[in-house]
Amino acid sequence: MSQVSGFRFQVANPKPETQNPKLKTQNPKHKKMEKIKVIVGLGSCGIAAGAKKVFDKIKHIQETENLEFELKKTSCIGMCYREPLVEVIDETGSFMYGEIDEDKVVEIVEKHLKENKPIKDYVVKADTFKTIDNTFIDDQVKITLRNCGYIDPENIEEYEARDGYRAIKKIAGQNVSRLDVIQTIINSGLRGRGGGGFPTGLKWKFANNNKAEDKYIICNADEGDPGAFMDRSVLEGDPHSVIEGMIIGAYAIEATGGVIYCRAEYPLAIKRLEIAIVQARKNGYLGKNILGIHGFNFDLYIKEGAGAFVCGEETALIASVEGERGMPRKRPPFPAASGLWKQPTNINNVETLANIPWIIINSANAYAKYGTEKSKGTKVFALVGKIKRSGLAEVPMGMTIRDVIFKIGGGIQNDKKFKAVQMGGPSGGCIPEHLLDTIVDYDSVNATGAIMGSGGMVVMDEDTCMIDVAKFFLDFTQKESCGKCTFCRVGTKRMLEILTRITEGEGEDGDIEKLEELAYQIKDSSLCGLGQTAPNPVLTTIKYFRHEYEAHIYDKKCPAKVCKKLLTYEVDPEKCTGCTVCAINCPTKAIDGSRKEVHFIRQDDCIQCGSCFTKCKFDAIKVY
Amino acid sequence: MRITRLNTDIIEIEQEKADLLSIDPLIEKYRNKKGNMIPILQGIQEIFGYIPRDAFDKVSDETGLELSDMYGVATFYSQFRLNPVGKHIIKVCHGTACHVQNANALTDALQDALKINDGETTEDGLFTLESVACLGCCSLAPVMMIGEETYGKLTGDKAKKIIRDIKRQEAN
Repeated sequence: MSQVSGFRFQVANPKPETQNPKLKTQNPKHKKMEKIKVIVGLGSCGIAAGAKKVFDKIKHIQETENLEFELKKTSCIGMCYREPLVEVIDETGSFMYGEIDEDKVVEIVEKHLKENKPIKDYVVKADTFKTIDNTFIDDQVKITLRNCGYIDPENIEEYEARDGYRAIKKIAGQNVSRLDVIQTIINSGLRGRGGGGFPTGLKWKFANNNKAEDKYIICNADEGDPGAFMDRSVLEGDPHSVIEGMIIGAYAIEATGGVIYCRAEYPLAIKRLEIAIVQARKNGYLGKNILGIHGFNFDLYIKEGAGAFVCGEETALIASVEGERGMPRKRPPFPAASGLWKQPTNINNVETLANIPWIIINSANAYAKYGTEKSKGTKVFALVGKIKRSGLAEVPMGMTIRDVIFKIGGGIQNDKKFKAVQMGGPSGGCIPEHLLDTIVDYDSVNATGAIMGSGGMVVMDEDTCMIDVAKFFLDFTQKESCGKCTFCRVGTKRMLEILTRITEGEGEDGDIEKLEELAYQIKDSSLCGLGQTAPNPVLTTIKYFRHEYEAHIYDKKCPAKVCKKLLTYEVDPEKCTGCTVCAINCPTKAIDGSRKEVHFIRQDDCIQCGSCFTKCKFDAIKVY
Repeated sequence: MRITRLNTDIIEIEQEKADLLSIDPLIEKYRNKKGNMIPILQGIQEIFGYIPRDAFDKVSDETGLELSDMYGVATFYSQFRLNPVGKHIIKVCHGTACHVQNANALTDALQDALKINDGETTEDGLFTLESVACLGCCSLAPVMMIGEETYGKLTGDKAKKIIRDIKRQEAN
C-alpha cells in the first residue's frame, strides 16, 4: 500500500513504500484511475461475510470495462463488524468502505473511481474526515497487528517493504549476540500472550542454557479458546511476522528445527503459512547459514492439529507433534530441558512471536513504553458476543475494560444492559459490571478471578443466563479433559451434572457449596492448566452472580429467561388473534382454542419447548 | 475424553469396498518418519472422508504402527471419524460467541430440517450434521460451515434456506 495508506492507527514506525510502476493508460477517459488502488479485505471472516464475491465483482468490472486501477487483496484489519471492507486509495487519501455488497461496489466504481466523488455514506474510515467509527480506531496501538489489513499476506515483498525481515537482517549485519537478543526481549517486558503470561525472554534464556545438538522452537497456533481469533487473524494477515519471530527465537536459543502447530480448523491460515514458508526459503531467511550467520541452520514445517483443546498445553502439544494422544506430561523436566523428541524445546504463542521483530527493530524501551509496570506492551482482544462492534482491537496494557468495551467496542447491542464480560475462555471467568474499571494487565485481571488468557472478551447482556454460561464452559472442558487426572476427568463431569440439574429446576439446597468444594479439589489435584483452571467459570459466576444461582435453585426461576425448563408460557389475551399457529405447532398439543378465539396453554401438558413463542407473529406469548 | 465418540459400531452400509491402493503413496511418504501417525490418519481421512477399518489394518501391517495406538489417537482427537459421512458436512459452531448468540437454535432448526440428530448423516447420504468448537469467525456469530464455505449471522430460518438451496442444486 502507499504512503497515503488509510487507517491512521498509531502504527509504530511507519515507513513509506515505493510506488508500484505506473501502468500505461489505455482509456483516456479515466486517465487518473491508474493512480487509484482498490484493496479488498479477504480474511476468513471477510470471506464469510461475502468479500470474495465483492472482489470477483470488482475484478469483473475492471476487466470488462478495461479500467486501469490497481486491485489488491489484504487480510483482516480488525473491523469485523463492518465486513466486507473495501479500501479505495486515491490522490487525496484513503477511504475505507464498510458493509459492501456487489451492488454497492458498482456504485463505488461509478462515482468514486470514475467521477472522483467518494460516497461518504458508505465510508467507515477516511484520512480526510471523521466517521462514527473513529472511536473504534483512535485509541488503538498496533504493534502485533501492524501489518494486518495493510499488506497482501501472500506477497513477501509487501512484508519486506514494511520493515519485514529487517530485524533478522539487523542481527546478522550488526553481529548481535544471542545473549543480547535474549536480553532485549527480557528488557522489553514481553510476556507470553497465549495466556500464561510467562516472560518470553526468560523462557528463551532457559532454552539457551540447555546445550544439545538438536533444539526446537515451536509456535503454538492451536488457538482453541472459543471466542478468540487473534492468532488466526495474524496468521492469515501477516504470516511472515510469525516466521521472522521464530527465526529470531531460533537464533537466540540455537534451535535447529521449528514447528508451527496450527489448528486444522484454520485452512486459510495454513495455506498462507505454507506460501510464506516457501517464499522465506527462497529469499534465504530459512535454510543453511542464514543471512551469512555462520552455522545458523534453521528450517520449519507446519503440523496440523487434529482438534483437542488440551493440546494448547505445552507438554500435550509436544506429545501431539510426536504423533501420540495429546496428554500432558509431568513437569519437570520442563520443555526447555527436555521437550520434543526429548530435546530442549521452546514454545511461544503466535501473538508473542509477531511482536519479536518489532521489538528488535524498535528497541526494548520503545515496547516497554506502553503498558503497566508488570505488563508491558499491547494486547490484542477479540471483542465478541453482545457487543456493537465485534472485531479485533489492539490496545496498550493498562486501559480499563470499560474503555475497551464501551469506547472501542461501542457498548452493548440494541442498547441493552451490560451484565458481564467473559475473559480467558474456558479457563477464565466472568467479570461483572462493578469491576469494569479493572485495567487490562495480567495481575489485575487475575485478581478478579478471571484470567487474561489469549484475549477473548465475550460480552454478555441482561439476556444471558450466567448459570447457562458456566454450564457451557464446563460442558466444554469436561469433553476436552484428556482423562489423565481423575479429579479433572470425573470432577468436571460431576460439576456439569449439578449445573444441568440446576438449570432444569432440580437444584437443591447445598448445590452451590458442593460446586465450590469440587471446584477447589479439581484445581488442587490436576496436572495441567486445563484442570487447574476448568472450575474458574463456575467459581466466578458463583462469586459475582450468586443471586442467579439462588433464583434457579430456590425460586425455580431463570431471571434471564434462558433455561427453558424454568419458564412459564402464557397467552396474552389482549394480543392473541386466534390464528391457531401456536396450537398447530405445539408438539404436545397443550394449547386449546379455536380460530379467531383467544388461545390457552394447559400448563400441565406444556414442556416449555418455546415453539409457540417463536412461531407467534403477534407477540402474544408471554414468558416469565 | 470424548466418551460419546468411543461408539465403535461401524455402520455396515452396502458401500463399495474402500480402494486401499490410494493410500499407498501416503504410507510411502511417512514410512519410518518420527511422529507419522497423525499425518497418516489425516491423509486417509482426506481421501475417504473417514478412516475405514481396513485402512487401519493395512497401515499397521505396512508400517508396524500398533492398531491399539492408532485407535487411541483416532478416538482422542475430534477431527477423526470412524464412520462414513455425508457429501456435505455441516459444522455448526458452538463457540462462546455463537453460544450466547443462540447457536442451539441453529442446531435445533437443522435437526428439524434434516430429520437427523447432531452427529448423524441423512439417509440419502447428502448431509452430516456436526457441532464443533470455535471456527474463529466470532464476529459473525452464530456461524456454520458447509464444506469450505462459512455462513454468518444466521437464524434457524436462514440455515434452513441454505440447506434447501443445496438440496435443489443437488437435484439438478
